[in-house]
Amino acid sequence: MADEIEPASRSNSSLPARVKFDLDYAPALESTSIVSIADEYGLFIGGQFVEPESGEKFTTVSPSTEKALSQISSASAVDVDRAVKAARRAHTKVWGPMSGRDRAKYLFRIARQLQERAREFAVLETIDGGKPIRESRDVDVPLAAAHFFYHAGWADKLEYAFPDRRIAPKGVVGQIIPWNFPLLMLAWKVAPALATGNTVVLKPAETTSLTALLFAQLLQDVDLPPGVVNIVTGAGATGSALVDHGDLDKLAFTGSTSVGKQIQRSASARGVPLTLELGGKAAHIVFEDAAIDQAVEGVINGIYFNQGHVCCAGSRLLVQESIAESFVDRLKNRLSTVRVGDPLDKNTDVGAINSAEQLGRITELVAAGVAEGAELYQPQCSLPDRGYWFRPTIFTNVQQSHRIAREEIFGPVLSVLTFRTPEEAVAKANDTQYGLSAGIWTEKGSKILWMADQLDAGVIWANTFNQFDAASPFGGYKESGFGREGGLQGLAPYVSLSSPRGVA
Amino acid sequence: MVTRPLRAGRLDKVSTEIETPGVAAVFAPRSRSGVALRVTPVDAVGLEARASTFTTRSIKTTSKRAAIHLAISCIDLTTLEGMDTPGKVAALCRKAVRPEPTDAAIPSVAAVCVYPQMVPAAVKHTAGTGVLVASVAGAFPSGQSSLAVRTADIEQAVADGANEIDIVISRGAFLSGDYRYVFNEIETQKAACGPAHMKVILETGELGTYDQIRKASMLAMAAGADFIKTSTGKVANNSSMPVALCMAEAIRDYAEQTGEVVGLKVAGGIRTAKQAWHYLVLIGETLGAEWLTPDLFRIGASSLLNDLLLQLQKLDTGHYSGPNYVSVD
Repeated sequence: MADEIEPASRSNSSLPARVKFDLDYAPALESTSIVSIADEYGLFIGGQFVEPESGEKFTTVSPSTEKALSQISSASAVDVDRAVKAARRAHTKVWGPMSGRDRAKYLFRIARQLQERAREFAVLETIDGGKPIRESRDVDVPLAAAHFFYHAGWADKLEYAFPDRRIAPKGVVGQIIPWNFPLLMLAWKVAPALATGNTVVLKPAETTSLTALLFAQLLQDVDLPPGVVNIVTGAGATGSALVDHGDLDKLAFTGSTSVGKQIQRSASARGVPLTLELGGKAAHIVFEDAAIDQAVEGVINGIYFNQGHVCCAGSRLLVQESIAESFVDRLKNRLSTVRVGDPLDKNTDVGAINSAEQLGRITELVAAGVAEGAELYQPQCSLPDRGYWFRPTIFTNVQQSHRIAREEIFGPVLSVLTFRTPEEAVAKANDTQYGLSAGIWTEKGSKILWMADQLDAGVIWANTFNQFDAASPFGGYKESGFGREGGLQGLAPYVSLSSPRGVA
Repeated sequence: MVTRPLRAGRLDKVSTEIETPGVAAVFAPRSRSGVALRVTPVDAVGLEARASTFTTRSIKTTSKRAAIHLAISCIDLTTLEGMDTPGKVAALCRKAVRPEPTDAAIPSVAAVCVYPQMVPAAVKHTAGTGVLVASVAGAFPSGQSSLAVRTADIEQAVADGANEIDIVISRGAFLSGDYRYVFNEIETQKAACGPAHMKVILETGELGTYDQIRKASMLAMAAGADFIKTSTGKVANNSSMPVALCMAEAIRDYAEQTGEVVGLKVAGGIRTAKQAWHYLVLIGETLGAEWLTPDLFRIGASSLLNDLLLQLQKLDTGHYSGPNYVSVD
């Protein structure tokens, strides 16, 4: 039918002269004037900033400029003990006896303050951690505020969360959080603990302490009773001191699987309840009957969001062999519009790698991928001279036995593998020590349900990826950890339940 | 058939794969070169999420000025009222040729867009200026007349000097599943256009789903559209960012599968400079900079032009002036 018609010419010569609109948009920098960073910070213990016992401090730098930002205190075992004692006192005297209704008031105040100071937190998060302002502004800070709002709602309704049970807080909780979402992970840990009546000693990651310290100032502003939240900064030794402290009623850790295993060893020896949220090597599975353009977006978002520093990142793309080649072409095309650079520029999509150490690890694993025979693709975008940067990377020709298909890279590196049948997709997806998240792309609902049933992952997204909600539990299978954060399930690790008198 | 080189790496393979399962059963058009076309399903949530990211691009300083100039040069300055007269069209044409007489750097718009009866007046007032005359023809906006009446309408407009014809598809036939009928109708109207370019209006506000919009886009391109266009501006839902993205992705697919390059026209409800550069960002990041020319991208609008001029004044003077500082035509 169609080929019988003589095609008309599509050229059009009589139009006015061309105007060039450069897609390298002019710089659009977010102002940093809203943030003031002190020359040095103490530890936040008992509602006050105090000097560390040893006087020891370390420098925190901005990964996008390598400029020193501030001096952060290094907490020793003595400081940690002071913090735990402050938390114990606050729990016994103030926070434990307080009604849920009154606790809720504080949580609502924290949430509202986070919203009011959203821009300040977003800019500081970007300066300190290197993530694009687009993400800290649109994702990290709003989700952190949402988490406090959500848990404020639970604080006076715990008897509905756990009906017919006597509910008591655990007591004093030690929490250690990672550097990839510093404020958001703080919210995930602190909000449920406070809502259920616990007091907290929190250790932020060494490279990203600043938003936690700003949060401490916010807690002073909202008059949270002293000692309810204590923040001890420092490196691994501070973390060990917290984990090994004898007077904790619960531990919660988000971070790498290797550190998680050490913590589990210590905690289990003493019978301290523990939740772990560890690494991942998520399979992002794309079937030939998927909405291809949206799947491309999902895969790009899944691995390059936050420079790939995401435990649930879709780092393994499993694409059906029948569409593999064209799908990878589309990914590469899409990657050509991803903008890498100054994280304070509002048009930046991929910012700086969080630390020199992490950059070294990514570089090492990518070199291993090349050495093992995988095919490397990187767009030729220009990178800033200073700071820690890594080009968004796609590896094709990856085999299941390659290191880049098995080890968590925690960077902007996607490994592409193919499959032929849904059964093979499941087998490959589950062939990992991890089990945190997975993604499925198909327009066929029955296939989504069947796949979701087979996949060993705590979080499964269908036709989307990296969606987070305070009401939705998050956590892993296998070596990705145990326990859930968020939702009703996320409250359970922070309470002790017993049968009330008269109920069997 | 290919009139324009595509972005490197785009066209190494012309797809001859079979259609996507589920869609093939109802729709399997072939391009004029005989390539079977694949229509990809669309996920509404993902499409809308992606479309919204273009609106968060921050366009400043030099980029803003370039975007405003480009947007002006891509406008089809439109008047489609029952009360249109040659006098109204004369004013419109003057504005189209020299949007801001005091600033020679500001380009003319691409075309004026009028009803067939107004074509002679438009031709008279744009002669020799480079501004094209576009006419909605073929029983615009409903298309609910016989094909003979519609082709006669088109032929008259072309004979009167229209360079471009904007037709509508038969939404009724499309929604009832008679794709071959719609296809044949577009082909016939394309023949009636002769040397004039044909823009095919899908009237996306009446198609119901993004899947239908994508399907209609492929169908219209296969049947010979030089441009596919979102809307008539005469129904409740006009162009939107997700709709434009859906159609732009179809255009990219069509170019990949056939090597033929088709333009996009967005129309209806685009009134602010900000909206205009959101669309430019969408086109640039989806189809590439090659599409950012009046040859391949148009904005059908009337009040938009004045907002663009006001934004230029703001860039020049540092403060906003007001509606009294632009002409109302």
